[in-house]
Amino acid sequence: MVSERDVLHIAELADIGIDKEELAEFTGRFNEILDYFDILDQVGAGETREADLVNVFREDVVDPSLTKDEVLANTPDPEDGFFRAPRVM
Amino acid sequence: MTDDAPISRPASEGVTRWPGEKISDIQRQTQPANIRMDFSDDEVIIGLEIHCQLDTATKLFCGCSTDYRDDSPNTHVCPVCLGLPGSLPRVNKKAIGYALRVGKALNCTVLEESEFARKNYFYPDLNKGFQITQYDKPLAVRGYLDIEGDDGEKRVRITRVHVEEDPGRLVHKGGADRAKYTLVDYNRAGIPLIEIVTEPDLRSPKEARKFLNKLRATLEYLGVFDSEKEGSLRVDANISIQPKGWFEKEGKGKEGRGRAEVKNISSYKGVEKALTFEVTRQKNALRRGQRLETATRHFVETRGITTASRSKEMEQDYRYFPEPDLRPLRVCDWAAGIVLPELPDARRARFLGQYGCSPIHARTLTGDLRLAEFYEQVAETDPILAATWVADTLLGELNYRDMSVSKVSPGWFRALILLIKEGSVTDKGGVEVLRSLLDQIRESGSCETPDECVGRLGLIVIERTGGAGDADDPVAMAAREVVAEQPQAVADFHAGKKEAFNFLVGQVMKKTRGRAKPADVNQVLLGILGKEG
Amino acid sequence: MATISFSPKDQYNAFITTLNEAESGPGALSGIPVAVKDNISTRGIPTTCGSRILEGYVPPYDAHVVTLLKKAGAAIVGKSNMDEFGMGTTTENSAFGPTKNPADPSRVPGGSSGGSAAAVASGMVRMALGTDTGGSIRCPAAFCGIVGHKPTYGRVSRYGLIAYANSLEQIGPMARSVSDISLLMEVLTKYDPRDSTAVDCHYSHTPDPEIRGLKIGVPEEFFGEGVDPRVASAVWDGITLLERKGAEIVTCRMPSMAYALAAYYVTCTSEASSNLARFDGVRYGPPADTKLPWHEAFQQRRQSGFGTEVKRRIMLGTFALSSGYYGKYYAKAQAARQQVRNDFLHLFRTVDVIAGPTMPTVAFRLGEKTDPLSMYLSDILTVPANLAGIPSISVPCGKSEGLPVGLQIMGPHFRDERVIDVAYAFEQGVSR
Ligand SMILES: [Zn+2]
Repeated sequence: MVSERDVLHIAELADIGIDKEELAEFTGRFNEILDYFDILDQVGAGETREADLVNVFREDVVDPSLTKDEVLANTPDPEDGFFRAPRVM
Repeated sequence: MTDDAPISRPASEGVTRWPGEKISDIQRQTQPANIRMDFSDDEVIIGLEIHCQLDTATKLFCGCSTDYRDDSPNTHVCPVCLGLPGSLPRVNKKAIGYALRVGKALNCTVLEESEFARKNYFYPDLNKGFQITQYDKPLAVRGYLDIEGDDGEKRVRITRVHVEEDPGRLVHKGGADRAKYTLVDYNRAGIPLIEIVTEPDLRSPKEARKFLNKLRATLEYLGVFDSEKEGSLRVDANISIQPKGWFEKEGKGKEGRGRAEVKNISSYKGVEKALTFEVTRQKNALRRGQRLETATRHFVETRGITTASRSKEMEQDYRYFPEPDLRPLRVCDWAAGIVLPELPDARRARFLGQYGCSPIHARTLTGDLRLAEFYEQVAETDPILAATWVADTLLGELNYRDMSVSKVSPGWFRALILLIKEGSVTDKGGVEVLRSLLDQIRESGSCETPDECVGRLGLIVIERTGGAGDADDPVAMAAREVVAEQPQAVADFHAGKKEAFNFLVGQVMKKTRGRAKPADVNQVLLGILGKEG
Repeated sequence: MATISFSPKDQYNAFITTLNEAESGPGALSGIPVAVKDNISTRGIPTTCGSRILEGYVPPYDAHVVTLLKKAGAAIVGKSNMDEFGMGTTTENSAFGPTKNPADPSRVPGGSSGGSAAAVASGMVRMALGTDTGGSIRCPAAFCGIVGHKPTYGRVSRYGLIAYANSLEQIGPMARSVSDISLLMEVLTKYDPRDSTAVDCHYSHTPDPEIRGLKIGVPEEFFGEGVDPRVASAVWDGITLLERKGAEIVTCRMPSMAYALAAYYVTCTSEASSNLARFDGVRYGPPADTKLPWHEAFQQRRQSGFGTEVKRRIMLGTFALSSGYYGKYYAKAQAARQQVRNDFLHLFRTVDVIAGPTMPTVAFRLGEKTDPLSMYLSDILTVPANLAGIPSISVPCGKSEGLPVGLQIMGPHFRDERVIDVAYAFEQGVSR
């Protein structure tokens, strides 16, 4: 069982804000889904992903980068070639 | 007195004074247990986590050039390192090869299979909301590096070596404290980093610095790292103060007193400074009887202090899982085939044998790849003289000017050593020439030849033209003048004071502006003084 | 170069973006209008993944498959509607409104490639690209009565596909005929080193309807609880048709089906929780509020940018990977996934292909499925192929309640040719 507090903690980890109304709904659905996931408890541990393909590399050769216009085309408000982000301090 | 039995004290006082015990020891014991004055029973426990940029031509997961330092922001980015939706990483083979070289040089075991993992957290310098790194399957584990420790040769164990991508660079607009917003440059995002984690085997800030110096030299000898690039090295350090022997007894993973995890140290000197600050801070806290909690601290380079992490760092839960866009690595047989170049210890041994350097010179010269290579280019002139001039004089002058040896051309340095060896210029004159030439390089990037410099400064050695009594001999003239000017020193000399003679030699050197050979001055002065006596 | 004009009424809301004029060149697909699902990056054309959080985003590069389509002369006429980030089985979870099923506009087209399916089924385009993470090509193909193929994992480059669940998804063809599927496969499977999980295994094949002696395995679990008996009966009729054409039918078991759906949802939500972390409004998409501290700004941006189902899956995945739960969920899901793979490997030692229904039911009514878990359960028959990475095709197989039913045919890794041959044989058999 997860509680509303657990769901809030998960939302925090996922960096998603959630409203009070959403919280109850999410918590209820979560518990239904997690109950269903409990079937995995019956799976023995052991084998994991098999590696059929290994060592896929690229050589250390320079490829052209994007042009400055292409880089900043999707940001509305660049400053001196920088992206603008919320303050971290 | 015959009744000299030991005084027995009531048990309630609890202190028995044993022969040889000092009063101060007893006082310490009778003070409240949490006030501590003496830390001789404690030791400093330090472990390091070092991030170095690998010196590849392209980034770890895309073909963007790593040569970004002089370029404007966001000019070395592509869909991959910008984290654009739909882009996919591709592993740079050379970065893996470089990391394997490091693993091998640090005597690690390369794992049969290793893989990349995602470290999930949010921060604006992260282009994808996660960092591609390695988690439970790093490239190499369980190695060691031998260093000159505080108590002689010491083996520092290496926990693991792995590769990961560098995040971008943040610029805090309006100064770090009052920033209204943050500017982000992803040119650095995706630069290959190697992370090297040590066991907590270091016992002092100085030892930590020595380890870093040795590690840096090793990485440079391997040709995988360029320490002169700005921001190419960053260190996180764990430091705590524990009762002596605690670590050996309890081992890793046990919680003793809380430790500080100092982040954000970006220079070699900074590591020693930050750790020294921490030792003092933690001892002060213990002295006041405070409990030390394990905490993250940041090093403020400009002030030389560490500060408690201000941002409410959420409970760290990075939710690592295998990177689904990349395939596992099976590279342990590559590692077996790697032939390592000569590393610092081997080169030091060679310098001792081949050039006859003193052990201390050999250590200094091989402690830095560029210095070692420079020395080998000038050693032919006179290996021992060259060793002194490179390891002592040149290195000192370079450090004073914050210059790299790569700015110095072996050609003119060879010429300078030859001038000194031939006796055309005195040691003192040689230093003057060296300083002048380094200053010229710093100002204009180039310099005159040592010969030209000697001529311009008039530093050519004064050759004697006659005996001590000869009226025309320049050294004799200077000596006679000094003897005449300094009757007191002459008197002291005759009274048997050795320092007086040294003083007189100094005065003659001064008069000749250092151009007289010290042996000549000695000889002439003794001649004059002896005659007088 | 020719210009193809394209101005459909789009009564089913199949497209998020349409191009009135599309370029077409020479090549295998010359002059053919093609719809591209809106989670596949197209240089200069908005690519939204059906989400508000990518509103206004115009990729500066083409996905590998888009480059290949252009090289083959195809005219990319629009970006088709989808469940937000591929998270859905109905195409109702789109920020741009639901797509309707051309077979019955009161029904959903299936999802998440519902826009591509509706565009093909309604005749607006001859073929389309979809993506399939847990059935997202095959489900809408079945619901709309067209053909859809999920290639072997690694056969088509994912470069430029906006990731939902990297280890499960593939781009694949959707069309009205098996031969068009085959034609598109030939174009899409050109190797691309930019996808490190891709394999150089070009599809160059003409469908062959000869299936005499072919062994078809039919797992009991594909006709188990939850499968509508009318759908089951239509599919059995289809399998019988294949038998009449000379194939041998063998019933078999797939015990790992018990865990498959849970393993699938744990895996895809875990990967999604990480993949969707990059949408923070710094580099593209509606910008984060730079007046707020970053943590608050990101939370707000992501709260308003993502729809409910996307938020739910991000949070489920975050939980499944979080400290203390990784072992219970993510690690167990990977073990279960290996069992699914092993079951298939085991079956393919004795049978050539495996057949069953694509979906347990016919298309739902619009708005019918509101409970997420029951929606997830409808993916039970399609997710095994994604977990194992094997090729799987859905081909129209009669009707139930007047609505299309899909027959699903799965084959061993890199035997896409074989499942396409069987589908072709079936299609030929039905049309005679
Ligand atoms: Zn790049």
